[in-house]
Amino acid sequence: MSGPSTYVPQTGFTRWLDSRLPILRFSHDTMMTFPTPRNLNFWYAFGAILTFCLAVQIVTGIVLAMHYVPNANMAFDSVENIMRDVNYGWLLRYVHANGASMFFLAVYIHMFRGLYYGSYKAPREVLWILGVIIYLLMVMTAFMGYVLPWGQMSFWAATVITNLFSSLDQLVPHLGTTIATWLWGDFAVGDATLNRFFSLHYLLPFVIAGVVGLHIWALHVPGNNNPLGIDVKGPQDTVPFHPYYTAKDAFYVGLFAILFAYLVFFAPDFVGNPDNYIPANPLVTPADIVPEWYLLPFYAMLRSIPQKLIGVLVLGGAIVTLAFIPWLDTSRVRSNRFRPLMKQFFWLFVLDCLLLGYCGDLSVDAVRFGIPMVWVARLGTAYYYAFFWVIMPVVGLIETPKPLPDSIAKSVLGNPAAAPAE
Amino acid sequence: MRFTLSLGLILGLAVASPALAANGDQWPLKSMSWSFDGPLGTYNRADLQHGFQVYKEVCSACHSLNRIAFHNLSEPGGPSFTDVQMKAIAAAYQIDAGPNDKGETVDDKGNPLKRSGTPADHFPAPFANEEAARTANGGALPPDLSLIVKARVGGPDYVYSILTGFHEKTPAGFKVTPNKYFNPYFIGWNISMPPPLTDGQVTFVDGAPNKIADEAYAVVTFLAWASEPHLEDRHRIGVGVMIFLIVLSGLLYLSYRQVWKDTPH
Repeated sequence: MSGPSTYVPQTGFTRWLDSRLPILRFSHDTMMTFPTPRNLNFWYAFGAILTFCLAVQIVTGIVLAMHYVPNANMAFDSVENIMRDVNYGWLLRYVHANGASMFFLAVYIHMFRGLYYGSYKAPREVLWILGVIIYLLMVMTAFMGYVLPWGQMSFWAATVITNLFSSLDQLVPHLGTTIATWLWGDFAVGDATLNRFFSLHYLLPFVIAGVVGLHIWALHVPGNNNPLGIDVKGPQDTVPFHPYYTAKDAFYVGLFAILFAYLVFFAPDFVGNPDNYIPANPLVTPADIVPEWYLLPFYAMLRSIPQKLIGVLVLGGAIVTLAFIPWLDTSRVRSNRFRPLMKQFFWLFVLDCLLLGYCGDLSVDAVRFGIPMVWVARLGTAYYYAFFWVIMPVVGLIETPKPLPDSIAKSVLGNPAAAPAE
Repeated sequence: MRFTLSLGLILGLAVASPALAANGDQWPLKSMSWSFDGPLGTYNRADLQHGFQVYKEVCSACHSLNRIAFHNLSEPGGPSFTDVQMKAIAAAYQIDAGPNDKGETVDDKGNPLKRSGTPADHFPAPFANEEAARTANGGALPPDLSLIVKARVGGPDYVYSILTGFHEKTPAGFKVTPNKYFNPYFIGWNISMPPPLTDGQVTFVDGAPNKIADEAYAVVTFLAWASEPHLEDRHRIGVGVMIFLIVLSGLLYLSYRQVWKDTPH
């Protein structure tokens, strides 16, 4: 797709370097001249936005780690020390804590965009699966990061989530308990758990960065998908990544940063739980243990199943399912723009995820409009699975897609002859 | 809860509370207007200083304020006492001074060694440990107040509602547990804290009004500052950052339009 390199070293030094380590050629080919479909819209900016998020989290996280103390007796105090006495520590921590929320907001939009335009379909299956792996790593990293302040919600979230493994006792006696004890490094969530979570919370972002490298590599082999979901036919369909998409992405990163900054400076505790400003106390269980908003849909699934082991499998299966999407979708057409039936199921699926999130935030026995919400969560869970395992394969077979345009250039210009020479 | 509300609005679902409130269900909090609300909010200096006086004369009998040091009282964004006032406040407190250079922790009479407070000291706690606090309070533990406003759903409105929520008429059919007090803003309605404030209990040095509502409003402002001492910095820097980002995004938009000017897409 990227074709032969057009890089020409201009100076003696770059010629010398190019024949030894062609890193400038590599950067030039992947970040400057890389041919990118000319019709990418706003929703394609989230790749750049996510790169920005990862960088923000790593930079603020490294500085926070200089002041944080991973010790069950001192962690909460050290976070308050950061908030009160470290110069601009409050800013670092609020950026990092809200940065996690912004990161997930962006990744969810990025994932829904991929679903809508069929970006997981051949030849981009590996690209999609690497994305699922990144998402899974993000969930693990965010969960362990949430434990570090060692507030009430930190401690009890760690207890609830690690205890999920003990449900495996129902399969093999003692297996689950053994795994939970191994994870804790103790017989309950405690200092050993906090220390290993801190270590892994520092490690995993760099693993994410590595998989992001693979993700971008896998993107650069087939090239970008686009809102039409049709293949690039030739140079008239593309523009060089720089300056076209550097300029466009930079603008959208700017808009994203405005929302980010609003949260950090004017509503820094909006997504947080007040209970996490109470130091962890193993003897007092909070009335409602809830995860951060970005995990609420999965939490709703877990709680809607009365049998613990099945609940855990449903929760895990919901994420694992994502890796199979490239083969569950039987349609030959990628973009939902040309799939009138699938488009409706897609938007229903988006609503379903929001509904599950809403259910996850309520207490288990909540009743709204006379309806026990646990049943709403069950229906929502059923639709989540049905969307991937039933609707995707079946709709692809029975649906008559709208006619696809011949090419990106033709669709954009109406008349291919009018295409300016690039 | 705030998140429930916002998500409910997104989904177009009214978050209907049960039509009939049962005994023990928390009453809706009093919704107050605070000087530190909103993107430009700052702490009202008079409220902070009055609130400090209420904490010192009333709350501190049972509640610690462990995370606040005396020097915080004269820092920008806080109660803004002068350095002289702050040092006088600190010096009036007795801080544990043992062991001395001979290794002694008590004086000739067996009393613990004490010294006057300095700006670097934190507010001393009223009880030596949790057990002592519980024993003195009928088994209940008065929470540390350093983070109280951020650690409760409803924040300042919650603390204000609790402080002014005594003296409500007990609804028929509700029996207050012995040694507890009726407060409908407390979940379950039985609170261990006796009504802490009365009209005119604290005489403010500047003669400001001192009804229960005034005292509560002032001390909640003080405790909000104790929970979030850098709020004014945050708001001020935030306004600058927003202006910068909006201008930057405007320029980025123009460069984006310029780059794409002759390129249909």
